[in-house]
Amino acid sequence: MSLLSDPRWSEAWGSLPDYLGSHVRVSVAALALGLAVSLPLAIIARNRPVMRSLLLGAASIVQTVPGLALLALFYPLLLAAAALTLSWFGFGFSAFGFLPAVLALALYSMLPVLRNTITGLRGIEPQVLEAALGVGMTPAQSLRIVELPLALPVMMAGIRTAAVWVIGTATLSTPIGQTSLGNYIFAGLQTQNWVLVLFGCAAAALLALAVDQLLALIEVGLASRKNLRTALGGAGIAALVVATLVPSLASTTQAYVVGAKTFGEQYVLSALIAQRLKAAGLSATTREGLGSNVIFEALASGDIDVYVDYSGTLWTNQFHHSEIKPRRQLLDALKTELARQNVTLLGELGFENSYALVMPKKQAEKLGIRSVTDLAAIAPALSIAGDYEFFSRPEWTALRTAYGLKFREQRQMQPDFMYAAVASGEVDVIAGYTSDGLIAKYDLTALGDPKGVIPPYDAVVLVAPKRAADQALKDALSPLIGRIDIAAMREANLRAAGGNSNASADAVARWLWDKIKPKGM
Amino acid sequence: MSGAPPQITFTHVAKSFDGGRVKAVDDVSLQVGRGEFLAIVGSSGSGKTTLLRLANRLIEADSGHITIAGEDVRAADPVALRRRIGTVFQSGGLFPHMSVAANIGITPKLKGESGADIAAKVDELLDLVRLDRSQFRDRFPHELSGGQRQRVGVARALAASPNIVLMDEPFGALDPLTRDALCDDYRALHEKLGLTTVMITHDMTEAILHANRIAVMRGGKLVAQGTAAELAQTDDAYVGELLSTPRRQAERLNALLPRGAA
Repeated sequence: MSLLSDPRWSEAWGSLPDYLGSHVRVSVAALALGLAVSLPLAIIARNRPVMRSLLLGAASIVQTVPGLALLALFYPLLLAAAALTLSWFGFGFSAFGFLPAVLALALYSMLPVLRNTITGLRGIEPQVLEAALGVGMTPAQSLRIVELPLALPVMMAGIRTAAVWVIGTATLSTPIGQTSLGNYIFAGLQTQNWVLVLFGCAAAALLALAVDQLLALIEVGLASRKNLRTALGGAGIAALVVATLVPSLASTTQAYVVGAKTFGEQYVLSALIAQRLKAAGLSATTREGLGSNVIFEALASGDIDVYVDYSGTLWTNQFHHSEIKPRRQLLDALKTELARQNVTLLGELGFENSYALVMPKKQAEKLGIRSVTDLAAIAPALSIAGDYEFFSRPEWTALRTAYGLKFREQRQMQPDFMYAAVASGEVDVIAGYTSDGLIAKYDLTALGDPKGVIPPYDAVVLVAPKRAADQALKDALSPLIGRIDIAAMREANLRAAGGNSNASADAVARWLWDKIKPKGM
Repeated sequence: MSGAPPQITFTHVAKSFDGGRVKAVDDVSLQVGRGEFLAIVGSSGSGKTTLLRLANRLIEADSGHITIAGEDVRAADPVALRRRIGTVFQSGGLFPHMSVAANIGITPKLKGESGADIAAKVDELLDLVRLDRSQFRDRFPHELSGGQRQRVGVARALAASPNIVLMDEPFGALDPLTRDALCDDYRALHEKLGLTTVMITHDMTEAILHANRIAVMRGGKLVAQGTAAELAQTDDAYVGELLSTPRRQAERLNALLPRGAA
């Protein structure tokens, strides 16, 4: 198949107006906010040495925080602020998506604007400043008529740097719920769909280049006093903003929003849910790549309407229980806890996606390892890899204390690479997921947990408080409840990880539906 | 001194920098009469530029009184004060991002005069400083020679029709021929417009040739003042030294250049 006729291209093109539009909106808003704060600060601080070094120091520190972390930090911060305004003034706001992304990116844009504005203003010859006062300008007139125009080239260079940074970093706002070109990248990484990853990177790079060149046009126009160029550059940016606003205004706002976490199975299940809603005549969109810590709050506050979570994850992470209950009891207790937050547990899908210690089947047989108990005896000579959260999860603590596990080395990896790593002997053991299709593909085996310290991880469908009484939604999704067994999910996950043109979440979800749908549908 | 009331007076004025460690101006009293052309002469660091900046409140005096046209400058709004006084800065001080016309018209524009009035005034001033209207109006400072830039600087200082013009080493950076021509031209303007001018220079020859009166500063103090002839009478060693240089040069030139050859 030729590269261009790959159907994944057209799929990627289809989401472009939405992703690009959201990306431009969040970037422009962040840049505008960043400029609105940085420019006055820089002007005030230019002749105040202490304030100047404090400002630049603070902005530099912000810059050293990785973009992903900065974005993620704003979510709990805003959540707390929203709770405060709700109790004090009687209104809350969404701490999800646009707002935290804009605030974090605006903060990120400040350093180059502050530094270049201060440098530009301080670089003006003192004779010129004296002449400005001498001919009878007030300090404000001197700033407006002389200082800012002379500092403009240096300031514009800073603004251009900030614009490129913001557009690049905005791809990382996907996990906190802001749709962006990062959706391509996150989805592509999770499903090993490199076409999507490339598409997302190229789109973000082109956007950054385009904005940079438009700003350059404005800069040259202002510097050489050619108003035509300035106007062209300004019109270009305005056209970009307007063009990205049009599709979003046209789209309906009544759609159901289906959330998905950052791994392949979640993409497939959210696509499946969205397809079922659409089949029932309801409009639905997906918000993919949401951080595990963000997604439940997003549901509870109504930013998303429905998503699939896992009983053990909710039990230990969301509700902070350390005791492990048998499967049914845990589900019942969970329902009670969820009901307290008005979240509906619609039902279990029928499979478990649990953590399990996984190693190659042949290796396990050779060493005579069948369970974690056997593994513990030789663990000090072995290395283990887990996803980014596993080693800070209570399961890991429980496993270590119950079995006395101690490994020679422990590493963190992108989940999709773990299975290949353990199959090739790069690491000896991984903390994998029981529903992962790669277990079968690489001929791996999941070790038993005879002491039962890993909680059950039933996949459950959760519905937002505001949809609690929504019968149409429940009817549309009820055919999924109890229908997806572990074998079907593993095969679906394997297909989604296939990296070929049938591996898109939508295609796999259609395949899964064909396999599980009740007769007569 | 003539009977006309003085336009500018300094009375026991002092100004120090760096918390009092550097006395830039030390108890200076000086009067400039209406229509007078006063040159303040001194080497760099003598306090002459500081004295000038005190007059239009670019800096504030520590003690003493300064009056402009009879009014204490401390009672005046500094911005309005500067718009009433024309200032010519060292090496022009033109705004590099503005055209010649915009530079010249800046003070009237700040005062809110209409665009047409300003344009007419700019052309008039270009004539006055002997620059071709159509050729120079739309040029930018970097497109001008040093002398042309200084002519624009003079035009800008005169744009708001001031009675008083302060000049801070206005022609210092120019070649001798340009400098002489410009100085002569300015002196003619001074007479024609009835200005009161204070010019700072480190060049005694320039002061002697163009000023009515000369004030000599050294180490922040005013060591002598008077016409060139009056200065020649003082027994101050420093003033004598300043005066001897141009005289010696003139004698050597006379000896070297045969009469009638030029």
